Amino acid sequence: MESVQKRQQASKVKKSTTQMSEKKKDMLSGYLYIAPFFIIFGIIGLYPAVFSIVLAFQDWNGLGEMDFVGLSNFVVVLQDPLFWKSLYNTVIIGLMGTAPQLVVGIILAYFLNMAVIRFTNFFRVTIFMPYITSMVAVALVFGVFFSSSETALANYVIGLFGMDPVSWKTSEWGAKIAISLMVFWRWVGYNTIIYLAGLQSIPKDLYEAATIDGAGKVQQFLHITIPMLKPFIILTVFMSTVGALQLFAEPAVFLGSSAFNRDEAMTVVMYLYRDAFNLGSFGTASATAVLLLIIIVGAAALNTWLTSGVGRKQKRRAFTK
Amino acid sequence: MRKSKGLKKGTLPVYIILWIASILSIFPFYWMFVMATRPSAAYNSIPPTLLPGDQLVENFMKVLDTIPFFQAMWNTILLCTTVTLAVLLISSLAGFAFAKFEFPGKNFFFILILLTMVIPPQLGLIPQFYLVSQLGWLDTLLGAGVLFLLNPLGIFLMRQYISESVPDELMEAAKLDGCSNFRIFRSIVLPIIKPAFATLGIIVFTLVWGEFLWQFTVLRDPASYTLQVALASLNNAFRVDFGMLLSGVFWATVPLIIIFLIFNRWFISSITEGSIK
Repeated sequence: MESVQKRQQASKVKKSTTQMSEKKKDMLSGYLYIAPFFIIFGIIGLYPAVFSIVLAFQDWNGLGEMDFVGLSNFVVVLQDPLFWKSLYNTVIIGLMGTAPQLVVGIILAYFLNMAVIRFTNFFRVTIFMPYITSMVAVALVFGVFFSSSETALANYVIGLFGMDPVSWKTSEWGAKIAISLMVFWRWVGYNTIIYLAGLQSIPKDLYEAATIDGAGKVQQFLHITIPMLKPFIILTVFMSTVGALQLFAEPAVFLGSSAFNRDEAMTVVMYLYRDAFNLGSFGTASATAVLLLIIIVGAAALNTWLTSGVGRKQKRRAFTK
Repeated sequence: MRKSKGLKKGTLPVYIILWIASILSIFPFYWMFVMATRPSAAYNSIPPTLLPGDQLVENFMKVLDTIPFFQAMWNTILLCTTVTLAVLLISSLAGFAFAKFEFPGKNFFFILILLTMVIPPQLGLIPQFYLVSQLGWLDTLLGAGVLFLLNPLGIFLMRQYISESVPDELMEAAKLDGCSNFRIFRSIVLPIIKPAFATLGIIVFTLVWGEFLWQFTVLRDPASYTLQVALASLNNAFRVDFGMLLSGVFWATVPLIIIFLIFNRWFISSITEGSIK
Protein backbone atom coordinates (compact mmCIF):
# COMPACT_ATOMS: atom_id res chain seq x y z
CA MET A 1 0.00 0.00 0.00
CA GLU A 2 2.63 2.38 1.18
CA SER A 3 4.83 1.76 -1.79
CA VAL A 4 1.94 2.39 -4.16
CA GLN A 5 1.22 5.67 -2.42
CA LYS A 6 4.85 6.63 -2.61
CA ARG A 7 4.96 5.83 -6.28
CA GLN A 8 1.85 7.90 -6.86
CA GLN A 9 3.40 10.76 -4.98
CA ALA A 10 6.59 10.41 -6.93
CA SER A 11 4.74 10.50 -10.23
CA LYS A 12 2.84 13.55 -9.06
CA VAL A 13 6.09 15.31 -8.23
CA LYS A 14 7.50 14.26 -11.57
CA LYS A 15 4.41 15.60 -13.34
CA SER A 16 4.63 18.90 -11.55
CA THR A 17 8.30 19.28 -12.37
CA THR A 18 7.65 18.70 -16.06
CA GLN A 19 4.85 21.24 -15.80
CA MET A 20 7.22 23.62 -14.07
CA SER A 21 9.75 23.23 -16.82
CA GLU A 22 7.03 23.85 -19.40
CA LYS A 23 6.17 27.06 -17.57
CA LYS A 24 9.80 27.99 -17.29
CA LYS A 25 10.25 27.35 -20.99
CA ASP A 26 7.38 29.72 -21.74
CA MET A 27 8.89 32.31 -19.41
CA LEU A 28 12.24 32.03 -21.13
CA SER A 29 10.59 32.26 -24.54
CA GLY A 30 8.73 35.33 -23.39
CA TYR A 31 11.90 37.12 -22.34
CA LEU A 32 13.78 35.90 -25.39
CA TYR A 33 11.14 37.17 -27.81
CA ILE A 34 10.81 40.63 -26.30
CA ALA A 35 14.60 40.93 -25.96
CA PRO A 36 15.36 42.23 -29.49
CA PHE A 37 12.98 45.15 -29.03
CA PHE A 38 14.22 46.05 -25.58
CA ILE A 39 17.90 45.78 -26.50
CA ILE A 40 17.29 48.20 -29.37
CA PHE A 41 15.11 50.34 -27.11
CA GLY A 42 17.88 50.54 -24.52
CA ILE A 43 20.54 51.56 -27.02
CA ILE A 44 18.71 53.98 -29.31
CA GLY A 45 15.67 54.94 -27.22
CA LEU A 46 16.26 55.05 -23.49
CA TYR A 47 19.98 55.83 -23.44
CA PRO A 48 19.72 58.83 -25.81
CA ALA A 49 16.69 60.17 -23.93
CA VAL A 50 18.53 60.05 -20.59
CA PHE A 51 21.74 61.34 -22.20
CA SER A 52 19.76 64.24 -23.65
CA ILE A 53 18.44 65.24 -20.24
CA VAL A 54 21.97 65.03 -18.78
CA LEU A 55 23.36 67.05 -21.70
CA ALA A 56 20.85 69.81 -21.06
CA PHE A 57 22.86 70.65 -17.93
CA GLN A 58 26.29 70.51 -19.62
CA ASP A 59 28.36 72.71 -21.85
CA TRP A 60 29.47 70.50 -24.75
CA ASN A 61 30.33 70.87 -28.43
CA GLY A 62 30.38 67.15 -29.17
CA LEU A 63 34.17 66.80 -29.03
CA GLY A 64 35.83 68.12 -25.88
CA GLU A 65 34.99 67.50 -22.24
CA MET A 66 31.61 68.21 -20.75
CA ASP A 67 31.24 70.97 -18.22
CA PHE A 68 28.40 70.93 -15.75
CA VAL A 69 26.75 74.33 -16.00
CA GLY A 70 23.57 73.88 -14.00
CA LEU A 71 20.53 75.58 -15.43
CA SER A 72 22.42 78.08 -17.56
CA ASN A 73 21.54 76.31 -20.86
CA PHE A 74 17.89 76.72 -20.01
CA VAL A 75 18.49 80.37 -19.10
CA VAL A 76 20.27 80.98 -22.41
CA VAL A 77 17.44 79.38 -24.40
CA LEU A 78 14.65 81.02 -22.44
CA GLN A 79 16.30 84.44 -22.80
CA ASP A 80 16.77 84.01 -26.54
CA PRO A 81 14.06 85.96 -28.41
CA LEU A 82 14.52 83.56 -31.34
CA PHE A 83 13.39 80.63 -29.16
CA TRP A 84 10.18 82.45 -28.29
CA LYS A 85 9.71 83.47 -31.90
CA SER A 86 10.10 79.86 -33.02
CA LEU A 87 7.65 78.68 -30.35
CA TYR A 88 5.19 81.36 -31.47
CA ASN A 89 5.61 80.32 -35.12
CA THR A 90 5.13 76.64 -34.24
CA VAL A 91 1.93 77.33 -32.31
CA ILE A 92 0.46 79.65 -34.97
CA ILE A 93 1.28 77.31 -37.87
CA GLY A 94 0.04 74.38 -35.77
CA LEU A 95 -3.30 76.06 -35.07
CA MET A 96 -3.81 77.25 -38.66
CA GLY A 97 -2.71 73.95 -40.14
CA THR A 98 -4.54 71.50 -37.90
CA ALA A 99 -7.63 73.11 -36.36
CA PRO A 100 -9.49 73.55 -39.71
CA GLN A 101 -8.70 69.90 -40.50
CA LEU A 102 -10.91 68.84 -37.63
CA VAL A 103 -13.95 70.63 -38.98
CA VAL A 104 -13.37 69.85 -42.66
CA GLY A 105 -12.46 66.24 -41.85
CA ILE A 106 -15.69 65.65 -39.93
CA ILE A 107 -17.80 67.25 -42.69
CA LEU A 108 -16.13 65.22 -45.45
CA ALA A 109 -16.42 62.02 -43.44
CA TYR A 110 -20.08 62.75 -42.74
CA PHE A 111 -20.75 63.19 -46.47
CA LEU A 112 -18.78 60.07 -47.40
CA ASN A 113 -20.82 58.11 -44.86
CA MET A 114 -24.19 59.17 -46.33
CA ALA A 115 -25.96 56.11 -47.74
CA VAL A 116 -27.26 58.01 -50.78
CA ILE A 117 -23.84 59.15 -51.99
CA ARG A 118 -22.26 57.10 -54.77
CA PHE A 119 -18.61 56.82 -55.94
CA THR A 120 -17.56 57.05 -52.28
CA ASN A 121 -14.54 54.86 -52.90
CA PHE A 122 -13.31 57.21 -55.62
CA PHE A 123 -13.70 60.23 -53.33
CA ARG A 124 -12.07 58.37 -50.44
CA VAL A 125 -9.01 57.41 -52.50
CA THR A 126 -8.52 60.88 -53.99
CA ILE A 127 -9.00 62.72 -50.70
CA PHE A 128 -6.57 60.36 -48.98
CA MET A 129 -3.92 60.54 -51.71
CA PRO A 130 -2.04 63.62 -50.38
CA TYR A 131 -1.15 61.65 -47.26
CA ILE A 132 1.05 59.17 -49.16
CA THR A 133 3.12 62.01 -50.60
CA SER A 134 6.23 62.65 -48.54
CA MET A 135 6.50 65.89 -46.57
CA VAL A 136 9.53 66.88 -48.64
CA ALA A 137 7.64 66.41 -51.91
CA VAL A 138 4.70 68.45 -50.58
CA ALA A 139 7.01 71.22 -49.43
CA LEU A 140 8.77 71.37 -52.80
CA VAL A 141 5.56 71.42 -54.86
CA PHE A 142 4.04 74.06 -52.61
CA GLY A 143 7.38 75.88 -52.72
CA VAL A 144 6.95 76.41 -56.46
CA PHE A 145 3.24 77.13 -56.14
CA PHE A 146 4.00 79.75 -53.47
CA SER A 147 7.24 80.95 -55.00
CA SER A 148 8.24 84.48 -54.08
CA SER A 149 7.91 85.70 -57.65
CA GLU A 150 4.98 87.98 -58.44
CA THR A 151 3.84 85.56 -61.12
CA ALA A 152 3.67 82.53 -58.81
CA LEU A 153 0.51 80.48 -59.30
CA ALA A 154 -0.62 81.32 -55.77
CA ASN A 155 -0.34 85.02 -56.56
CA TYR A 156 -2.29 84.51 -59.79
CA VAL A 157 -5.07 82.79 -57.80
CA ILE A 158 -5.33 85.49 -55.14
CA GLY A 159 -5.11 88.06 -57.96
CA LEU A 160 -8.38 86.63 -59.31
CA PHE A 161 -9.92 87.78 -56.03
CA GLY A 162 -8.41 91.20 -56.42
CA MET A 163 -5.59 90.75 -53.91
CA ASP A 164 -2.06 92.05 -54.35
CA PRO A 165 0.78 89.55 -54.85
CA VAL A 166 2.39 88.26 -51.64
CA SER A 167 6.05 87.48 -51.10
CA TRP A 168 5.28 84.01 -49.70
CA LYS A 169 8.73 83.00 -48.55
CA THR A 170 9.91 86.20 -46.95
CA SER A 171 6.86 87.75 -45.32
CA GLU A 172 5.72 87.07 -41.77
CA TRP A 173 2.23 85.80 -42.64
CA GLY A 174 2.91 84.64 -46.19
CA ALA A 175 5.31 81.92 -45.02
CA LYS A 176 3.02 80.84 -42.18
CA ILE A 177 -0.06 80.63 -44.40
CA ALA A 178 1.76 78.67 -47.10
CA ILE A 179 3.16 76.17 -44.58
CA SER A 180 -0.19 75.83 -42.78
CA LEU A 181 -1.86 75.12 -46.12
CA MET A 182 0.55 72.33 -46.95
CA VAL A 183 0.07 70.77 -43.53
CA PHE A 184 -3.69 71.03 -44.01
CA TRP A 185 -3.57 69.60 -47.54
CA ARG A 186 -1.46 66.59 -46.56
CA TRP A 187 -3.36 65.58 -43.40
CA VAL A 188 -7.03 66.38 -43.97
CA GLY A 189 -7.65 63.12 -45.84
CA TYR A 190 -5.96 61.13 -43.09
CA ASN A 191 -8.27 62.62 -40.46
CA THR A 192 -11.28 62.12 -42.74
CA ILE A 193 -10.50 58.39 -42.91
CA ILE A 194 -10.28 58.17 -39.11
CA TYR A 195 -13.57 60.04 -38.66
CA LEU A 196 -15.18 57.87 -41.33
CA ALA A 197 -14.18 54.76 -39.39
CA GLY A 198 -15.70 56.41 -36.32
CA LEU A 199 -18.95 57.22 -38.08
CA GLN A 200 -19.24 53.67 -39.37
CA SER A 201 -18.95 52.38 -35.80
CA ILE A 202 -22.05 54.31 -34.67
CA PRO A 203 -25.06 51.95 -34.54
CA LYS A 204 -27.74 52.87 -37.11
CA ASP A 205 -30.65 52.30 -34.71
CA LEU A 206 -29.55 55.32 -32.64
CA TYR A 207 -30.44 57.53 -35.62
CA GLU A 208 -33.65 55.60 -36.28
CA ALA A 209 -34.78 56.08 -32.69
CA ALA A 210 -33.95 59.79 -32.89
CA THR A 211 -35.89 60.14 -36.13
CA ILE A 212 -38.92 58.49 -34.50
CA ASP A 213 -38.58 60.95 -31.61
CA GLY A 214 -38.71 63.74 -34.18
CA ALA A 215 -35.10 64.94 -34.03
CA GLY A 216 -33.90 66.78 -37.16
CA LYS A 217 -30.68 66.08 -39.03
CA VAL A 218 -28.81 68.93 -37.33
CA GLN A 219 -29.96 67.84 -33.87
CA GLN A 220 -28.95 64.26 -34.67
CA PHE A 221 -25.53 65.47 -35.80
CA LEU A 222 -25.00 67.51 -32.61
CA HIS A 223 -26.43 65.04 -30.10
CA ILE A 224 -25.58 61.66 -31.60
CA THR A 225 -22.78 62.00 -34.14
CA ILE A 226 -20.45 64.38 -32.29
CA PRO A 227 -20.68 62.67 -28.85
CA MET A 228 -20.28 59.20 -30.39
CA LEU A 229 -17.31 60.46 -32.41
CA LYS A 230 -15.63 61.83 -29.30
CA PRO A 231 -12.95 59.14 -28.87
CA PHE A 232 -11.93 59.63 -32.50
CA ILE A 233 -11.86 63.41 -32.11
CA ILE A 234 -9.69 63.09 -29.01
CA LEU A 235 -7.35 60.78 -30.91
CA THR A 236 -6.94 63.17 -33.86
CA VAL A 237 -6.56 66.22 -31.60
CA PHE A 238 -3.86 64.40 -29.64
CA MET A 239 -2.00 63.33 -32.77
CA SER A 240 -2.35 66.75 -34.43
CA THR A 241 -1.04 68.51 -31.32
CA VAL A 242 1.99 66.26 -30.99
CA GLY A 243 2.70 66.35 -34.74
CA ALA A 244 2.29 70.11 -35.08
CA LEU A 245 4.79 70.81 -32.30
CA GLN A 246 7.36 68.62 -34.07
CA LEU A 247 7.08 70.45 -37.40
CA PHE A 248 10.41 70.44 -39.23
CA ALA A 249 10.50 69.10 -42.79
CA GLU A 250 7.83 71.39 -44.26
CA PRO A 251 9.33 74.78 -43.29
CA ALA A 252 12.95 73.61 -43.65
CA VAL A 253 12.44 72.33 -47.19
CA PHE A 254 9.96 75.04 -48.24
CA LEU A 255 12.45 77.80 -47.48
CA GLY A 256 15.43 75.93 -48.95
CA SER A 257 18.90 77.31 -48.32
CA SER A 258 17.63 80.32 -46.36
CA ALA A 259 15.58 78.16 -43.95
CA PHE A 260 17.90 78.52 -40.96
CA ASN A 261 18.77 82.18 -41.56
CA ARG A 262 15.25 83.58 -41.43
CA ASP A 263 12.79 83.67 -38.56
CA GLU A 264 9.35 83.97 -40.22
CA ALA A 265 8.79 80.23 -40.20
CA MET A 266 11.45 78.88 -37.85
CA THR A 267 9.92 76.15 -35.66
CA VAL A 268 11.15 74.82 -32.32
CA VAL A 269 12.66 71.71 -33.91
CA MET A 270 14.42 73.88 -36.50
CA TYR A 271 15.75 76.05 -33.66
CA LEU A 272 17.00 72.90 -31.93
CA TYR A 273 18.57 71.58 -35.13
CA ARG A 274 20.28 74.89 -35.84
CA ASP A 275 21.73 75.05 -32.33
CA ALA A 276 23.09 71.51 -32.51
CA PHE A 277 24.25 71.08 -36.08
CA ASN A 278 24.88 74.59 -37.41
CA LEU A 279 26.19 76.22 -34.24
CA GLY A 280 27.63 73.13 -32.49
CA SER A 281 26.05 73.92 -29.16
CA PHE A 282 24.79 70.53 -27.98
CA GLY A 283 24.02 71.73 -24.47
CA THR A 284 21.52 74.42 -25.37
CA ALA A 285 20.07 72.21 -28.11
CA SER A 286 19.45 69.50 -25.51
CA ALA A 287 17.90 72.05 -23.18
CA THR A 288 15.58 72.98 -26.05
CA ALA A 289 14.76 69.29 -26.55
CA VAL A 290 13.82 68.95 -22.88
CA LEU A 291 11.71 72.11 -23.08
CA LEU A 292 10.03 70.74 -26.20
CA LEU A 293 9.22 67.50 -24.37
CA ILE A 294 7.59 69.48 -21.56
CA ILE A 295 5.66 71.64 -24.05
CA ILE A 296 4.44 68.62 -26.02
CA VAL A 297 3.31 66.69 -22.94
CA GLY A 298 1.63 69.79 -21.53
CA ALA A 299 -0.12 70.77 -24.77
CA ALA A 300 -1.23 67.22 -25.52
CA ALA A 301 -2.66 66.85 -22.02
CA LEU A 302 -4.37 70.25 -22.19
CA ASN A 303 -5.91 69.67 -25.61
CA THR A 304 -7.05 66.15 -24.76
CA TRP A 305 -8.64 67.49 -21.58
CA LEU A 306 -10.33 70.33 -23.47
CA THR A 307 -11.73 68.05 -26.18
CA SER A 308 -13.09 65.51 -23.70
CA GLY A 309 -14.60 68.44 -21.77
CA VAL A 310 -16.52 69.64 -24.83
CA GLY A 311 -18.12 66.23 -25.23
CA ARG A 312 -18.99 66.04 -21.54
CA LYS A 313 -20.79 69.35 -21.57
CA GLN A 314 -22.81 68.29 -24.55
CA LYS A 315 -23.78 65.02 -22.93
CA ARG A 316 -24.90 66.81 -19.79
CA ARG A 317 -26.99 69.18 -21.85
CA ALA A 318 -28.55 66.23 -23.66
CA PHE A 319 -29.45 64.69 -20.31
CA THR A 320 -30.99 67.84 -18.86
CA LYS A 321 -33.14 68.16 -21.95
CA MET B 1 -37.02 53.49 -59.94
CA ARG B 2 -37.08 57.02 -61.22
CA LYS B 3 -34.68 58.16 -58.51
CA SER B 4 -32.10 55.45 -58.99
CA LYS B 5 -31.07 56.86 -62.35
CA GLY B 6 -30.22 60.47 -61.50
CA LEU B 7 -29.01 62.12 -58.34
CA LYS B 8 -31.15 61.80 -55.25
CA LYS B 9 -32.87 64.98 -54.23
CA GLY B 10 -30.76 67.33 -52.15
CA THR B 11 -27.49 65.51 -52.72
CA LEU B 12 -26.14 67.91 -55.35
CA PRO B 13 -24.42 70.28 -52.85
CA VAL B 14 -22.80 67.27 -51.20
CA TYR B 15 -21.46 66.05 -54.55
CA ILE B 16 -20.18 69.52 -55.36
CA ILE B 17 -18.27 69.72 -52.07
CA LEU B 18 -16.84 66.21 -52.49
CA TRP B 19 -15.76 67.02 -56.06
CA ILE B 20 -14.07 70.23 -54.92
CA ALA B 21 -12.25 68.32 -52.16
CA SER B 22 -11.16 65.64 -54.63
CA ILE B 23 -9.95 68.13 -57.22
CA LEU B 24 -8.02 70.16 -54.63
CA SER B 25 -6.46 66.92 -53.39
CA ILE B 26 -5.35 65.82 -56.83
CA PHE B 27 -4.50 69.15 -58.44
CA PRO B 28 -0.96 69.46 -56.96
CA PHE B 29 -0.13 66.01 -58.40
CA TYR B 30 -1.36 67.06 -61.83
CA TRP B 31 0.35 70.42 -61.65
CA MET B 32 3.61 68.75 -60.59
CA PHE B 33 3.37 66.62 -63.73
CA VAL B 34 2.66 69.68 -65.92
CA MET B 35 5.64 71.55 -64.51
CA ALA B 36 7.85 68.48 -64.95
CA THR B 37 7.15 68.64 -68.67
CA ARG B 38 7.72 72.38 -69.07
CA PRO B 39 10.78 74.62 -69.19
CA SER B 40 11.43 76.48 -65.94
CA ALA B 41 10.09 79.74 -67.38
CA ALA B 42 6.61 78.23 -67.72
CA TYR B 43 5.72 79.01 -64.15
CA ASN B 44 6.11 82.69 -64.99
CA SER B 45 3.48 82.76 -67.71
CA ILE B 46 0.15 84.49 -67.30
CA PRO B 47 -2.38 82.93 -67.49
CA PRO B 48 -0.72 79.95 -65.77
CA THR B 49 0.33 76.90 -67.75
CA LEU B 50 -2.08 74.04 -67.10
CA LEU B 51 -1.31 71.68 -69.97
CA PRO B 52 1.72 69.37 -70.28
CA GLY B 53 4.61 70.40 -72.51
CA ASP B 54 7.42 68.48 -74.21
CA GLN B 55 10.32 68.78 -71.76
CA LEU B 56 9.61 65.58 -69.79
CA VAL B 57 12.89 63.89 -70.76
CA GLU B 58 15.03 67.05 -70.74
CA ASN B 59 13.98 68.00 -67.23
CA PHE B 60 14.64 64.52 -65.92
CA MET B 61 18.08 64.54 -67.53
CA LYS B 62 18.84 67.73 -65.62
CA VAL B 63 17.76 65.97 -62.41
CA LEU B 64 20.18 63.15 -63.18
CA ASP B 65 22.96 65.71 -63.68
CA THR B 66 22.26 67.36 -60.31
CA ILE B 67 21.58 64.48 -57.90
CA PRO B 68 22.35 60.76 -57.99
CA PHE B 69 18.65 60.01 -58.52
CA PHE B 70 18.76 56.27 -59.21
CA GLN B 71 21.30 55.71 -56.46
CA ALA B 72 18.97 57.56 -54.06
CA MET B 73 15.99 55.54 -55.28
CA TRP B 74 17.91 52.29 -54.74
CA ASN B 75 19.08 53.47 -51.29
CA THR B 76 15.51 54.29 -50.34
CA ILE B 77 14.08 50.98 -51.52
CA LEU B 78 16.86 49.06 -49.78
CA LEU B 79 16.40 51.06 -46.57
CA CYS B 80 12.60 50.74 -46.52
CA THR B 81 12.59 47.03 -47.33
CA THR B 82 15.23 46.06 -44.77
CA VAL B 83 13.73 48.17 -42.00
CA THR B 84 10.21 46.87 -42.75
CA LEU B 85 11.29 43.22 -42.64
CA ALA B 86 13.26 43.77 -39.43
CA VAL B 87 10.37 45.58 -37.74
CA LEU B 88 7.93 42.84 -38.78
CA LEU B 89 10.19 40.21 -37.21
CA ILE B 90 10.92 42.15 -34.01
CA SER B 91 7.27 43.17 -33.53
CA SER B 92 5.74 39.79 -34.25
CA LEU B 93 8.14 38.04 -31.86
CA ALA B 94 7.46 40.53 -29.06
CA GLY B 95 3.74 40.64 -29.84
CA PHE B 96 3.64 36.83 -29.66
CA ALA B 97 5.35 36.91 -26.25
CA PHE B 98 2.97 39.54 -24.88
CA ALA B 99 -0.10 37.77 -26.26
CA LYS B 100 0.62 34.15 -25.35
CA PHE B 101 3.25 33.82 -22.61
CA GLU B 102 3.21 34.58 -18.90
CA PHE B 103 6.39 35.96 -17.40
CA PRO B 104 7.21 38.16 -14.41
CA GLY B 105 7.38 41.85 -15.27
CA LYS B 106 5.19 41.43 -18.37
CA ASN B 107 2.96 44.37 -17.48
CA PHE B 108 5.92 46.53 -16.58
CA PHE B 109 7.53 45.92 -19.95
CA PHE B 110 4.27 46.57 -21.75
CA ILE B 111 3.78 49.90 -20.00
CA LEU B 112 7.37 50.78 -20.89
CA ILE B 113 6.45 50.31 -24.57
CA LEU B 114 3.44 52.57 -24.04
CA LEU B 115 5.75 55.26 -22.67
CA THR B 116 8.12 55.03 -25.62
CA MET B 117 5.20 56.00 -27.85
CA VAL B 118 4.82 59.31 -26.00
CA ILE B 119 8.47 60.43 -26.08
CA PRO B 120 8.97 62.74 -29.07
CA PRO B 121 11.71 61.47 -31.38
CA GLN B 122 13.53 64.83 -31.22
CA LEU B 123 14.35 64.37 -27.53
CA GLY B 124 17.10 61.87 -28.29
CA LEU B 125 18.19 63.38 -31.61
CA ILE B 126 21.57 64.71 -30.47
CA PRO B 127 22.74 61.63 -28.52
CA GLN B 128 21.43 59.41 -31.31
CA PHE B 129 23.46 61.38 -33.80
CA TYR B 130 26.50 61.19 -31.51
CA LEU B 131 26.04 57.44 -31.05
CA VAL B 132 25.73 56.79 -34.78
CA SER B 133 28.76 58.95 -35.53
CA GLN B 134 30.82 57.15 -32.86
CA LEU B 135 29.89 53.84 -34.46
CA GLY B 136 31.07 55.19 -37.81
CA TRP B 137 27.58 54.82 -39.25
CA LEU B 138 27.21 58.38 -40.57
CA ASP B 139 26.49 58.41 -44.32
CA THR B 140 25.43 54.75 -44.18
CA LEU B 141 22.01 53.16 -44.57
CA LEU B 142 22.67 51.32 -41.32
CA GLY B 143 22.83 54.66 -39.52
CA ALA B 144 19.79 55.94 -41.37
CA GLY B 145 17.76 52.83 -40.61
CA VAL B 146 18.67 51.91 -37.05
CA LEU B 147 16.32 54.48 -35.51
CA PHE B 148 13.26 53.05 -37.26
CA LEU B 149 13.75 49.61 -35.71
CA LEU B 150 12.16 51.09 -32.62
CA ASN B 151 8.48 50.76 -33.45
CA PRO B 152 6.24 50.36 -30.39
CA LEU B 153 3.07 50.59 -32.51
CA GLY B 154 4.13 47.37 -34.26
CA ILE B 155 4.15 45.44 -30.98
CA PHE B 156 0.68 46.77 -30.10
CA LEU B 157 -0.75 45.71 -33.44
CA MET B 158 0.87 42.30 -33.34
CA ARG B 159 -0.12 41.56 -29.75
CA GLN B 160 -3.71 42.51 -30.55
CA TYR B 161 -3.84 40.45 -33.71
CA ILE B 162 -2.15 37.38 -32.27
CA SER B 163 -4.30 37.27 -29.14
CA GLU B 164 -7.44 37.55 -31.29
CA SER B 165 -6.58 35.18 -34.09
CA VAL B 166 -4.25 32.47 -32.77
CA PRO B 167 -6.34 29.99 -30.72
CA ASP B 168 -4.79 28.76 -27.46
CA GLU B 169 -6.03 25.22 -28.24
CA LEU B 170 -3.96 25.13 -31.40
CA MET B 171 -0.85 26.07 -29.44
CA GLU B 172 -1.54 23.47 -26.76
CA ALA B 173 -2.08 20.79 -29.39
CA ALA B 174 1.20 21.71 -31.04
CA LYS B 175 2.95 21.59 -27.67
CA LEU B 176 1.58 18.11 -26.98
CA ASP B 177 3.04 17.06 -30.29
CA GLY B 178 6.40 18.29 -28.99
CA CYS B 179 6.66 21.53 -30.92
CA SER B 180 9.09 24.08 -29.49
CA ASN B 181 7.84 27.62 -28.96
CA PHE B 182 9.87 28.91 -31.86
CA ARG B 183 8.51 26.17 -34.12
CA ILE B 184 4.99 27.22 -33.07
CA PHE B 185 5.86 30.81 -33.97
CA ARG B 186 7.24 29.82 -37.35
CA SER B 187 4.69 27.28 -38.52
CA ILE B 188 1.49 28.35 -36.75
CA VAL B 189 1.67 32.04 -35.81
CA LEU B 190 3.42 33.45 -38.88
CA PRO B 191 0.95 32.05 -41.45
CA ILE B 192 -2.02 33.28 -39.41
CA ILE B 193 -0.78 36.85 -38.95
CA LYS B 194 -0.06 37.59 -42.63
CA PRO B 195 -2.85 40.23 -42.82
CA ALA B 196 -1.35 42.04 -39.84
CA PHE B 197 2.02 41.94 -41.63
CA ALA B 198 0.42 43.72 -44.57
CA THR B 199 -1.00 46.45 -42.32
CA LEU B 200 2.19 47.00 -40.33
CA GLY B 201 4.36 46.63 -43.42
CA ILE B 202 2.53 49.46 -45.18
CA ILE B 203 2.75 51.68 -42.09
CA VAL B 204 6.50 51.14 -41.64
CA PHE B 205 7.37 51.32 -45.34
CA THR B 206 5.60 54.65 -45.92
CA LEU B 207 6.96 56.03 -42.64
CA VAL B 208 10.58 55.32 -43.55
CA TRP B 209 10.01 56.38 -47.18
CA GLY B 210 8.78 59.83 -46.13
CA GLU B 211 10.77 60.57 -42.95
CA PHE B 212 13.12 63.51 -43.28
CA LEU B 213 14.68 64.89 -40.08
CA TRP B 214 16.77 61.84 -39.14
CA GLN B 215 17.83 60.97 -42.69
CA PHE B 216 18.75 64.62 -43.28
CA THR B 217 20.82 64.61 -40.07
CA VAL B 218 22.72 61.39 -40.72
CA LEU B 219 23.19 61.36 -44.50
CA ARG B 220 25.55 64.13 -45.64
CA ASP B 221 27.40 62.40 -48.48
CA PRO B 222 25.42 62.53 -51.78
CA ALA B 223 26.27 58.89 -52.51
CA SER B 224 24.37 57.87 -49.38
CA TYR B 225 21.36 60.11 -50.00
CA THR B 226 17.87 58.71 -49.81
CA LEU B 227 15.18 60.19 -52.07
CA GLN B 228 13.92 62.70 -49.51
CA VAL B 229 17.38 64.08 -48.73
CA ALA B 230 18.30 64.17 -52.42
CA LEU B 231 15.07 65.99 -53.32
CA ALA B 232 15.54 68.53 -50.55
CA SER B 233 19.05 69.23 -51.84
CA LEU B 234 17.55 70.16 -55.23
CA ASN B 235 16.01 73.19 -53.56
CA ASN B 236 19.28 74.52 -52.14
CA ALA B 237 20.67 76.16 -55.26
CA PHE B 238 20.61 79.94 -55.40
CA ARG B 239 18.53 79.92 -58.60
CA VAL B 240 16.30 76.86 -58.60
CA ASP B 241 15.21 75.39 -61.92
CA PHE B 242 11.55 74.70 -61.16
CA GLY B 243 11.02 72.37 -64.11
CA MET B 244 13.95 70.24 -63.00
CA LEU B 245 12.91 70.41 -59.35
CA LEU B 246 9.35 69.21 -59.93
CA SER B 247 10.57 66.60 -62.39
CA GLY B 248 12.62 65.13 -59.56
CA VAL B 249 9.67 65.25 -57.18
CA PHE B 250 7.39 63.74 -59.81
CA TRP B 251 9.59 60.73 -60.58
CA ALA B 252 10.28 60.18 -56.87
CA THR B 253 6.54 60.22 -56.08
CA VAL B 254 5.25 58.13 -58.99
CA PRO B 255 6.35 54.71 -57.63
CA LEU B 256 4.52 55.22 -54.34
CA ILE B 257 1.40 56.53 -56.10
CA ILE B 258 1.27 53.44 -58.30
CA ILE B 259 1.69 51.15 -55.28
CA PHE B 260 -0.99 53.15 -53.48
CA LEU B 261 -3.50 53.01 -56.36
CA ILE B 262 -3.10 49.23 -56.60
CA PHE B 263 -3.33 48.56 -52.85
CA ASN B 264 -5.43 51.59 -51.83
CA ARG B 265 -7.83 49.54 -49.69
CA TRP B 266 -4.96 48.21 -47.60
CA PHE B 267 -3.38 51.62 -47.28
CA ILE B 268 -6.60 53.16 -46.04
CA SER B 269 -7.40 50.32 -43.64
CA SER B 270 -3.84 50.44 -42.29
CA ILE B 271 -4.57 53.96 -41.07
CA THR B 272 -7.67 53.02 -39.12
CA GLU B 273 -6.17 49.81 -37.76
CA GLY B 274 -2.90 51.50 -36.87
CA SER B 275 -4.47 54.36 -34.99
CA ILE B 276 -7.65 53.07 -33.41
CA LYS B 277 -6.56 49.82 -31.81
